[in-house]
Formats: sequence, structure tokens, C-alpha cells
Amino acid sequence: MALEIIGISVLWLFLFGYVIVASIDFGAGFFSAYSDFAKKKHILHKIIQRYLSPVWEVTNVFLVFFFVGIVGFFPKTAYYYGTILLVPASIAIVLLAIRGSYYAFHTYGKTERNWYLLAYGLTGLFIPASLSIVLTISEGGFVEKSGETLTLLYKELFVSPLTWSIVLLSITSVLYISATFLTYYANEAGDMKARELLRKYALSWSGPTILSALLIIYQLRHHNPEHYNNMFNVAWMFVVSFVFFVITIYLLWKKKRYGWAFVSLVLQYAFAFYAYGISHYPYLLYPYLTIYDGFTNKTMAIALILAFIAGFLLLVPSLYLLLKLFLFNKKYVKGQL
Amino acid sequence: MWEYDPVLFSRLLTELTLTFHIIFATIGVGVPLMIAIAQWVGIRKNDEHYILLARRWTRGFVITVAVGVVTGTAIGLQLSLLWPNFMQLAGQVISLPLFMETFAFFFEAIFLGIYLYTWDRFENQKKHLLLLIPVAIGSSASAMFITMVNAFMNTPQGFELKDGVITNIEPLAAMFNPATPTKVAHVLTTAYMTSAFILASIAAWHLLRGNRHIYHKKALHLTVKTAFIFSVASALVGDLSGKFLAEYQPEKLAAAEWHFETSTHAPLVMFGTLDENNDVKNAIKIPYALSILAHNHPGAEVKGLNEFPKDEIPPLYIHYLFDLMVTIGVLLTIVSAIYWLGKQLKWKWIMSKPFLASLVAAGPLSMLAIELGWYFAEVGRQPWILRGYMKTAEAATSSGHVDTMLVAFSILYLILGIASVAVLINMFRKNPVEKELAERSLEQGGVS
Ligand code: HDD
Ligand code: HEM
Ligand code: HEM
Repeated sequence: MALEIIGISVLWLFLFGYVIVASIDFGAGFFSAYSDFAKKKHILHKIIQRYLSPVWEVTNVFLVFFFVGIVGFFPKTAYYYGTILLVPASIAIVLLAIRGSYYAFHTYGKTERNWYLLAYGLTGLFIPASLSIVLTISEGGFVEKSGETLTLLYKELFVSPLTWSIVLLSITSVLYISATFLTYYANEAGDMKARELLRKYALSWSGPTILSALLIIYQLRHHNPEHYNNMFNVAWMFVVSFVFFVITIYLLWKKKRYGWAFVSLVLQYAFAFYAYGISHYPYLLYPYLTIYDGFTNKTMAIALILAFIAGFLLLVPSLYLLLKLFLFNKKYVKGQL
Repeated sequence: MWEYDPVLFSRLLTELTLTFHIIFATIGVGVPLMIAIAQWVGIRKNDEHYILLARRWTRGFVITVAVGVVTGTAIGLQLSLLWPNFMQLAGQVISLPLFMETFAFFFEAIFLGIYLYTWDRFENQKKHLLLLIPVAIGSSASAMFITMVNAFMNTPQGFELKDGVITNIEPLAAMFNPATPTKVAHVLTTAYMTSAFILASIAAWHLLRGNRHIYHKKALHLTVKTAFIFSVASALVGDLSGKFLAEYQPEKLAAAEWHFETSTHAPLVMFGTLDENNDVKNAIKIPYALSILAHNHPGAEVKGLNEFPKDEIPPLYIHYLFDLMVTIGVLLTIVSAIYWLGKQLKWKWIMSKPFLASLVAAGPLSMLAIELGWYFAEVGRQPWILRGYMKTAEAATSSGHVDTMLVAFSILYLILGIASVAVLINMFRKNPVEKELAERSLEQGGVS
């Protein structure tokens, strides 16, 4: 396989990892804040805290890994995206900072501030929205290149229906992924009240995710026909993805096997995410930058891949230990440790 | 007239973020080691006071980690946002350690999560202590990797540049460039030293306020002893850093020393002022000391600034940054040495108010030395961002709005700074040592 493909696949894998773990985190934060304002705090709060506490820092590293990795494998992205993303990325950084520090101050420092809690809950929706802008920009049409200068066309970006469909998908997905996972988690903890509430959330957010995904595909047809046509080459992946979606909904509906419901949700997103990525190939930024002309040299690529393998061998057992001690530890989940 | 200059604002924003991040990064590197030492001493002596010390430090530590993580994420992105041209060029050669750093973070984050939530899960405390080792290794390794990147900026190698195209890349040669050994060693030892002094300041503060609980005395003893060892190490490695500069970045050393004419038997110039002819006034001159710092020999020749093109000389004010860093380093070594000696010889006055006050000052001073050291190293590299290859001005973004971002981040750091201090103070006020000791009914401590 070409080194370029290996590189982008690894990065796409970590981005996918981030999408899943961060969605759980963001959605949990939103539900936690929402339940507080809707006077349902006693139902959800404990479950969410138990899950989030040991893992929040790990979530952030997935993102760091992605943006460091992409500059490593594709140094030209630093130039293209670095120049145009100053404002959107800075907004995301500020939101991430508010969120991360709030979480630590609140959990370890035991501070209670209502306006801060509100900010915490809302950042859970604004961060995915602001990060998803990058995907929109990568579709092309929002960057103007004249000579050596690149400019982001804010107005076009802001009024484009594509932008808003992607934002919509990111927000609904966050809520859907997170609610499905937490349903499973609450069930493990034997907290039936929380489970029922979360199951209801999961079911009600499932429809909107599919609708917004369809909306995006429809927009792409006009916005980026090349990408749209490529999607048909991997149509089977979208179909498989949809089958997994149906399985998840069925299991949630029938109140059966919540763990498998979540696994099937991950597969649903994996297939859709990879299908989207593959059909985007070969562009990193349409139409200026492809993975081929943005690629680093061969020596560095091999060094990075070797480092990745070594790092991976180190991380997998550690992550396993983390999951074993917290996520899959019945006593911990039930609050007996 | 006022003009928007993206280079200026990019520099200001980079400085702002790094100045803020380095505080938390230094604590992040050093404090896990201190926690491990305290817990280990506690287990070995079977003394619950040390275990409680480790527990309380850990609780404070998670707050600083959180701020370290969010500011680190900021600087990580800002490197590409503010210096796209630099990252595009350097990324081809030096992205390996940057990439490995994320694995170090990953490793650290996973085990920190486990460590925090398993205090009472293990029958055997030693097993719990084992979990801290990957945390300490992870944070020190991340400091090492990022410092390698910075070392590369000072002495780039491992590639060839022809007409803007980079060839013959050797990632390992780039990582292990001439600046790496001294830089990594100095950054690590000073981080351990600073963390020890900060924790010593807290203990000294309680003793100074009249709380003579044995718990604080044990804390002070442990931290100052550790700080002394790392101060000596820092000074030794600092001396080696000077020799490195003389060999590979002579213009930085010459600017730091206001050494204009190449000469032998060069004196070390401390403080003082420059007049319009660049003559040094009012300075303390230590004969031969510069020659010794540079080459370990009083008669050695030291290159002067006049040998370099005028537009490749760093700003001369770095002289004061260097002098202050070294002065703080020497003073703190002396203070901690006196404490240790006083302990051995049972001098009463090392527990007197004035001496305790100097120990309270040690933590903040040490952190100031970290900042001064970085400003010295970074400003001393100017006008280069990649010494010999790319100037800072060519590296910056051409984007508008950097000024707005500078304002936004200033506000963010101000809030984060105030909030983290408030949370820390609040956390320990609400739960004083005496209360916690009483709850655990450990007033007596253990043996020893
Ligand atoms: C507690 C902090 C601290 C203390 C007490 C010292 N330093 Fe330092 N110094 C640093 C903290 C620091 C630093 C922040 O870690 C720097 C900045 C960049 C670097 O590599 O390390 C640094 C850089 C630095 C450099 C520049 C290296 C370069 O640019 O490559 C030299 C020559 C010295 N130091 C020398 C000394 C000497 C002779 C000291 C005598 C006691 C000393 N430092 C004490
Ligand atoms: C290893 C990591 C580091 C990297 C990759 C790095 C990167 C950079 C870059 C890109 C610049 C150019 C901007 C400029 O000239 O203003 C710079 C300068 C600067 N950096 Fe670093 N830096 C590192 C470590 C640090 C740290 C830890 C500090 C701590 C405070 C720091 C402080 C500064 C300062 C003050 C300047 C400004 C120099 C001037 O005003 O002329 N740097 N650095
Ligand atoms: C340009 C320079 C730098 C960049 C790009 C950078 C990047 C980062 C990032 C992305 C994080 C957060 C990682 C996470 O999500 O867990 C972080 C945290 C950290 N950084 Fe930096 N950093 C820089 C300079 C430094 C320096 C000079 C040091 C040490 C001397 C350092 C030591 C640390 C440590 C130890 C942490 C972990 C936070 C903690 O445990 O408190 N960093 N940095």
C-alpha cells in the first residue's frame, strides 16, 4: 500500500476515535447540565460523573494526536489549514479550554457556579459544531487563493446550507452517540431510572442524525459533484452503515443487549465515516491539496509509521487496563469502589 | 500611525501562550516525581504523614494538569495557526519527536486517570505507587520530546535545503542535534528543582504562619532536600549549556555577556549598563569566568559579537535575563544548602521567621528563573526561528485577526489563572491538614 494511504488511514482512525469518545464526553456534559436545569439532576449526575472522571484527559489526547499527526504526515496542511483556520480553530481552543478547566475545577475543586455549568453544557454542543467547520471547508469553495495568499470566505461559509447541515449532523450525533452509550452504562450500573431516561434520549435523537446525514449528501450533489459521485462507488458501505443503525434502534426499542446496541452504533459510524473519507480521496483540501502533493518525504513517513506501531503497542495494553479497571469493572460502575 | 502587523501579533500570542503554558508544564513534569518520592518514603518508613502528603499534592496536581492540558492544546494548534510557513518546512524534518510526544501524553493521561481513582483499591500501597511511574515517565518524556524540537530550532541538522526543497532527511540526526543533550538535561533538572521548591514554599508558608505541626516539618525537610540536589544538578548542567553555546551558538552567549571583541582571558560581566558606544558600565566583572564558563579554561578564547553580521545579532537585553536566571540559581542553591547544613548541625534559626520567609520566596523565584531562562533562550535565537535557515518574520501567518485572537487569549488566560489559584486555595482551606489527619486518626504519624 502507498505510504500516503497508510498515513491518512491512521489519522482517520484516530479522528474516528476522537469522534466517538469526544461525543460521549460532550453529550454527557450536555445531559448533565440539562438535567440540572430540568431538575433531574439526581437521576443522571452520578452515572455521568462515574464514567467521565477517569477518562476526560484521554479524550483530549485523541484530538492532539490527530492534529500533530496530520502536520507530521502532511506538512503542507500546516500551511493551508494553518493560514485559513486561525479564527475558527481559536474559537474551538477557547471553548475546549473553558470546558476542560471547568470539568477539573468542578470535579476536583468542588466549585458550584451555575453560569459555568451552563457554559459547560453548551460548549458540549459548540465544540463539535466549530470543529465540524473544518470538514465543510475541506469540501472546497470556501477558500480563495490568489498568488501566495489564502483567504477564508467567511460570508460564503456562513450562509452555505452545507455548513449548517454538517453542524446539525455533528450536534445530533453527539447527543445520539452519548445517550446510547450512557444507556448501556446506566444499565450496567443497575440504575433503571437513569437508563430509561437516557434510552428515551437515544431514541429521540436517532432520527435527526439520519435526516441530517441525508441532507449533507443532498447538499454535496450541488456543492461538490466529484465527491458526490465518488460516494456511489462506496454505496455499499453506506448501506451496511444503515443496517447497523437499524440494529441499534431495534435493540434499544426492545430493551435488549445495550452493549451490543452501542457496538452496532460504533460500526454504523465507522462505516459511514470511512465511506465519507474514501469518497473524499484524494483531497485534503478541495481542490488545492491532495494527499500526494501534501505528503512528507519517504524517510520521515517510515519513521512516523514505525513510531506509530511502537506507540500503539504501548497504548493498547494501557488502554485495556484503564477500561478493565473502570468501564468493565462492575463494582466501580455500580459505585461500590 | 498604528499598523496591523501579523508577525508582531503572532510573536506576542506565542509568547503569551508559552509563558502561561510553561508554568503548568513545569509543574506537570516535576510534581509527579515529588509525589512518587513522598509516597515511597511513606511506604518505606510506614509513616502515614508522607502518604497524606502525596495524596494532598495529587489533589492539587490534577488542577494544574487540567490547565496544562488546555494550554498545551492551545500552543499545539497555534504553532500551525501562527507559524504555518515554519511548520510546513520544519514539519518535514522534526515532526518525529512531536509525534512521539503525543504518545507520551497518552501514556501519562491513561495512568494518571488510573492513579487518581485507585487510592484505596489496592491492599498493597506499593502497587498503587507503581502506577505513578508511567505518569512520571510520560510527563518527563513529553518534556524531552518537545525540548528536542526546540533544540532543533537552535541547531538544525539532519537535512539539506536547496532552493526551498528539503532533501536527505535523517529524522534521528534532527532529533539528536547538538543542542539536545544540554537542553533536555537542563529543562528536566530545572523542572524537578522548581517543583520541589514550590512544594517547599507551601510547607514553609504554613510554618511561617505559626503552624508548627510535624506534618509541615516533614514536608519541608523532604522538599528542600530534594530541591537542593536538583539545584546543584541544574547549575552543573547550566554550566554545560554555556559550553554548548560557546561552541554552537556563540552569538547567543556573546550577547548574553555583552562580549563584543573576541578575546582570551574573558571576564564574566554581571548586570551593569551599556552606553552609546556599547561600553559596559557599572558592572561586576569576574575575571576569567567567561572563558571558564565557555571552555573550562581561564585562558580560552571567546568569540565576540563583532564577528557576526549586524542583522543576525539577538537583542542585547538578554544579558539581564541570563544574569537574573543564574543569580536565582546560585541563591537558591545556597539557601537550600544552608537548610541542609543547619539540619545536620541542629541550628535553631533555620526555623526562624526570616529564614522561612526566604524558603517561601524560593518557589516563585524558581518559577521566575524558568521564565527568564526560556525568554533568554528564545529571544537569544532571534532573528532566527530556524537558526541559519528561516527568519522569524518569514515564518509568520499572513492572516488578519491575529490581534483579536491575542485579546481573546489574554482574557482566557487571565480567567484561567485566577480561577485555578482560587480553586486551589479554596480546596485546601476547606480541608486543612489537621482536619484530614483527625479524620484518618493519624495524629501520631508513624515511626521515625
Ligand atoms: C529554575 C530555573 C533555572 C535555573 C536556576 C537556571 N536555569 Fe538556565 N535555563 C533554564 C532554567 C534555569 C531553562 C528554563 O530551563 C532554560 C531555557 C531553555 C532551556 O533549554 O533551558 C535555560 C537555559 C539556559 C541556557 C541557554 C541554553 C540554550 O539556549 O541552549 C544557559 C547557557 C543556561 N541556562 C545556563 C544556566 C546556568 C549557568 C545556571 C546557573 C545556576 C542556570 N542556567 C540556572
Ligand atoms: C520546545 C518548544 C518550543 C517551540 C517549538 C517554540 C517555538 C517558538 C516559535 C515558533 C517562536 C517564534 C516567535 C517569536 O520569535 O516570537 C518562539 C519564540 C519565542 N518563544 Fe519559543 N518555543 C518553544 C519553547 C518555548 C517555551 C517553553 C517558552 C517559554 C516561555 C518560549 C518562549 C518564547 C518566547 C518568549 C519567544 C519570543 C522571542 C522574541 O520575542 O523575539 N518558547 N518560540
Ligand atoms: C511549543 C511548545 C509546546 C507544545 C506544542 C506543547 C504541547 C502540549 C500539549 C498539546 C499538551 C496537552 C497534552 C494532553 O492533551 O494531555 C501539553 C501538556 C504538557 N506540556 Fe506542553 N507543549 C509545549 C511546550 C512544553 C514544554 C517546553 C514543556 C516542558 C518543559 C512541556 C511539558 C508539558 C507537560 C508535562 C504537559 C502535560 C500537562 C501536565 O501534566 O501538567 N510543554 N503540551
